[in-house]
Amino acid sequence: MSIFTAPVLNYSLLAPILIVLAGAVLGVMIEAFASKAIRPVAQLSLTLGTLILAIAQVWRIRHQSSLTAAMGSVAIDGAAILMQGAVLVIAILGVLLIADQEQFTVLAAAVPGSEEERESLESGQKLTEVYPLTLFAVAGMLVFPVSNDLISLFVALEMLSLPLYLMAGLSRRRRLLSQEAALKYFLLGAFSSAFFLFGAAYLYGYSGSVSLAGIRDSVVGGSGNDVFFLIGIAFLSIGLLFKVGAVPFHAWTPDVYQGAPTPVTAFMAAATKVAAFGAMLRIFYTAFANAYWDWRPLMTVIAIITMLFGSFVAIAQRDIKRMLAYSSIAHAGFLLAGVIALNKAGLDASIFYLFAYGIATVGAFAIVTLVRDSTGEVTDLKRWAGLGKRSPFAASLFATFLLAFAGIPLTSGFIGKFSIFSAAYESGNKAIVVVGVLSSAIAAYFYIRVIVLMFFTDPADDGTSVVIPSMLTRITVIAAFIITIFLGVFPAPLLNFITSLAYFIR
Amino acid sequence: MNAANYLYVSALLFTIGAIGVVVRRNAIVVFMCVELMLNAANLAFVTFARINGNLEGQVVAFFTMVVAACEVVVGLAIIVTIYRSRRSASVDDASLLKR
Repeated sequence: MSIFTAPVLNYSLLAPILIVLAGAVLGVMIEAFASKAIRPVAQLSLTLGTLILAIAQVWRIRHQSSLTAAMGSVAIDGAAILMQGAVLVIAILGVLLIADQEQFTVLAAAVPGSEEERESLESGQKLTEVYPLTLFAVAGMLVFPVSNDLISLFVALEMLSLPLYLMAGLSRRRRLLSQEAALKYFLLGAFSSAFFLFGAAYLYGYSGSVSLAGIRDSVVGGSGNDVFFLIGIAFLSIGLLFKVGAVPFHAWTPDVYQGAPTPVTAFMAAATKVAAFGAMLRIFYTAFANAYWDWRPLMTVIAIITMLFGSFVAIAQRDIKRMLAYSSIAHAGFLLAGVIALNKAGLDASIFYLFAYGIATVGAFAIVTLVRDSTGEVTDLKRWAGLGKRSPFAASLFATFLLAFAGIPLTSGFIGKFSIFSAAYESGNKAIVVVGVLSSAIAAYFYIRVIVLMFFTDPADDGTSVVIPSMLTRITVIAAFIITIFLGVFPAPLLNFITSLAYFIR
Repeated sequence: MNAANYLYVSALLFTIGAIGVVVRRNAIVVFMCVELMLNAANLAFVTFARINGNLEGQVVAFFTMVVAACEVVVGLAIIVTIYRSRRSASVDDASLLKR
């Protein structure tokens, strides 16, 4: 009989993840036992409290690092701390948007247009399941970038995806569209995680170990069957590239961004990108670093196609959410340039870029939730004409976020793009820098076109207006605006902080 | 028996699943094909555990089963909701977002 040894866990280092999971479980309990009247307030305060507590824990452990926090399954190091912090900050801003319950249906199971749905809406109840779902997704996003073996990578990938599939289908208006987005997101997401798992199986076959360190040892030692390695790296990358929305695995992005309730889109677009790129950076910088000759050429091609495709197709979009979706594809291309750079500067730049881009994305989608007419949100770009004349404040904030996406100086986007491209240049990859700058110029065209449309076109009289935002939405927008400008004008404190912390332990 | 044969079976199952996802139109069948792909990966893991002579691959297979079960819960919920709204589970009917 073999002896079972209990695993040793370092609870102090795992605190952020455990707190978020505990908050999510408590949220399910509230959902089951609390009365309907107190649920919205209880859930919102529990969710925000959990996230703030988790941030405090991340701050507390910022200088620590350990490979043995959970028996080698997770690696807590500077880069992990930064990624977790970014996810949590974005999640707090996202939850403040999700708290605007106007966006969500009350009874997700009710058939659209049915008597049941009408009654549930008239009862004035709120949908509160979305808070625990958000916390479960956040927990997955905290585990994904710190995972140090293939098992926790796969489990974290599913843990962050499954709640998001459900959240995409919860929109109150245009419910068929929303359900369709959920179906597409789910089927394509499950398809890509099957690829991820199959790749993981072949990497295990190649190295005989599921840990990233074991795979790295095999790569360095050159032992093992190279065919297994190539199959493994290709299929694993497909799964990761799908999550970040890189061409040719981007097909879900515009549909899901458009169909999902806008607060969910804001949270998902920003936080998933941080988590997925966090995991990608760890895998490629540690496990696959020494085999860069095998993956760098193809990844360079994918990055170039992604940047160009995202920028060109965004020009043709007539829907603001779809336009932002294609712009997120282009940004995935810029971030891939940071992954390919494979140097310390690339890591620092990617983390800064992820944070800056995530905050600006939440802010931009927050403004989209405010532009409404009598039937709900207005996402048709034509009807945004003249918005700057009617509501100059909201339109100027939106213009700031667009300028940050375009990478105009004095916004966070400029510092992000500049540091990513200089890291790519440093690594000797000039093609990607040239294409990156070119596609930034193309992208600037459609961002500035929206600004021109808002400020220099006469408004059409069709009932489109900016609603007075709730206190929570206002906090999100203002915070996102301040961070975007601050990082553009005084990037040094955050850049230095990232440079001092960003490293991967092996 | 040569362990490599199991890898061929696994690759074959994965391919059948992937082709099924691409060509079948019913959401339930598409989803079943995804499950087939997950099981193909499981078979590969177990085979590699045998080839490498350690247990890690078998442990992964258990994790995959649990995750696949969770995926069924979420997936069927989404597919049933969409079926109730449209009286159809065809992925071709769900095309409002393209327009």
